[in-house]
Amino acid sequence: MTTDVVLQARGLTKHYGHVVALDNCDFDLRAGEILAVIGDNGAGKSTLIKALTGAVVPDAGEIRLRGEPVTFRSALDARRAGIETVYQELGVAPALDITQNLYLGREQRRKGILGTVFRKLDKPAMRRGSARQMADLGIRVQSIRQKVDTLSGGQRQAVAVARVAAWATSVVIMDEPTAALGVRETNQVLRLIERVRENGLPVVLISHNMPNVFEVADRIHIHRLGRRIAVVEPGRTTMEEAVAVMTGAKQPEDLA
Amino acid sequence: MTQLDDAVLLEKEDRAGPLRAALSSQTAGPLAALVLAVVIFSATTDSFLNAGNLSLIAQQSVVVGTLALGQTLVILTAGIDLSNGAIMVLASVVIGNLATDGNVFGALLAGLAVCLVLGLLNGVLVAQFSLPPFIVTLGVLSVLTAAARLYTDSQSYPIDSAFLTALNGGPTVGGVTITYGVLLWIGLTAILGYALTQTAWGVRVYAVGDNPRAAALTGIKVKRVLLSVYLTAAVVYAFAAWQALGRTPTADPSGYSTANLDSITAVVIGGTSLFGGRGGVVGTLIGALIVTVLANGLTQAGIDSLYQQVATGILVVIAVAVDHFVRTRQTR
Ligand SMILES: Nc1ncnc2c1ncn2[C@@H]1O[C@H](COP(=O)(O)OP(=O)(O)O)[C@@H](O)[C@H]1O
Ligand SMILES: [Mg+2]
Repeated sequence: MTTDVVLQARGLTKHYGHVVALDNCDFDLRAGEILAVIGDNGAGKSTLIKALTGAVVPDAGEIRLRGEPVTFRSALDARRAGIETVYQELGVAPALDITQNLYLGREQRRKGILGTVFRKLDKPAMRRGSARQMADLGIRVQSIRQKVDTLSGGQRQAVAVARVAAWATSVVIMDEPTAALGVRETNQVLRLIERVRENGLPVVLISHNMPNVFEVADRIHIHRLGRRIAVVEPGRTTMEEAVAVMTGAKQPEDLA
Repeated sequence: MTQLDDAVLLEKEDRAGPLRAALSSQTAGPLAALVLAVVIFSATTDSFLNAGNLSLIAQQSVVVGTLALGQTLVILTAGIDLSNGAIMVLASVVIGNLATDGNVFGALLAGLAVCLVLGLLNGVLVAQFSLPPFIVTLGVLSVLTAAARLYTDSQSYPIDSAFLTALNGGPTVGGVTITYGVLLWIGLTAILGYALTQTAWGVRVYAVGDNPRAAALTGIKVKRVLLSVYLTAAVVYAFAAWQALGRTPTADPSGYSTANLDSITAVVIGGTSLFGGRGGVVGTLIGALIVTVLANGLTQAGIDSLYQQVATGILVVIAVAVDHFVRTRQTR
């Protein structure tokens, strides 16, 4: 059934000159799951994510959100549909504080004449909102007024995750969110990703780190040469098998 | 939990409001330096600490101080404006020339138009064509310096309109004149300070200067923000031109030739980072005062004015070093 599929793509294709970054690619994300996307460098994972989030317009194929066909012409279109993304490059402004980062581009103004004429920000409301959001996700910081450059790498990434989780209403997508982090910080971010799922949002996690993927993912989308060649579950497939399929050493049909 | 307690606490703090914002860590250093300089000159000279001299210091700071407000906006976006002095000078000679017909109000508006057109030019080249601000404004500086002389045939225009020199006058309180120019400078600082710290536009200016790619990913229209900054700065430069006509009632195409660098000095001493995203206009106001206080105080102390340049230079290096320390404290 497709009823519990939140985000679905069929036949996505994207050419860059002679390079086929996406080759008739399918994609399914179910409600309440963490779906990992794994694949070799250059397999087309980032392009798939960009196509799903409007950052790239595919040459062909269709995307459905909760069964409804959608066309995203820009990242803003996807955000309006409730799809939020943590991009591979760290998406925070270090000189701004945590609250300013959470509300960046979506600042709230005061009610009444202060807001309409004098454009005054409602800082207390935004601070309350960000304190609530950080508490909901169990992110501990000294103060939500801290500038992000006073945070550790893991806390910074946590702020980036908190922002997308705060605004997403349909899907949270993360492209290699732990790539730049140490072991302890990676674990913090993984707990955070699980927390986002517990709070009811499905998560797409692109990662190179097999142990991480097998630890948190409910299902694993294996990407190879621009398309999905298999979907496996951590309980039923071993890490070695998944890597073998990913690199072409093993055919997906040969999986147990 | 603890986070929510925090939030309650923070809200209370916020009621202390604008004063606290003004005295935030970024202005504390410059303010301490200013107070220190004032204390030292007051203690070591007889002629420094009196209302007349302090009023003079404010008046001497006004033109560069106002230019520096616009410069602050540009530097906050990790840009730099080498052309601001030249824009102001061209505006003032255009005003001076047109005012000879007697339509002084129209002349002033024409000066504003000159500033806006040039701000738009800088802004479009930087925002739309992604050219480096240093090069763009260096080019504009070069062209305008020549243009001002060609336009005036290297003459200067005496200004005899009371309206155009009005900013040099003002109410006298206890024998000391507080000029409208100084009040305008403080007013502009307050307005820009409000816009930078209390509006979404301000947050976006900081974000664009700090991390333009992250800003763009959150949906901020980076080019539009940059353009708005160069245009706002241009309006500020027009006010500086008006103030300059009050300070010296001649529109001289070769005047204020180092005002661009002086404005950068004020911004940097005021604690704004040349790398963008950190700082503010209150610091810049203090920075401009520091430079004037050094010049004035050393003169009162009978010390060669060359040492004023030495002292200013040392302060610039200290300010940049502090900024470097702040920016790298947590980078691993
Ligand atoms: N903007 C682009 N222009 C040209 N080629 C691109 C562009 N983006 C991606 N590609 C190419 O498309 C292929 C897939 O890239 P990508 O989606 O980034 O893979 P992955 O994220 O799996 O490493 C690669 O061959 C890459 O070189
Ligand atoms: Mg990638």
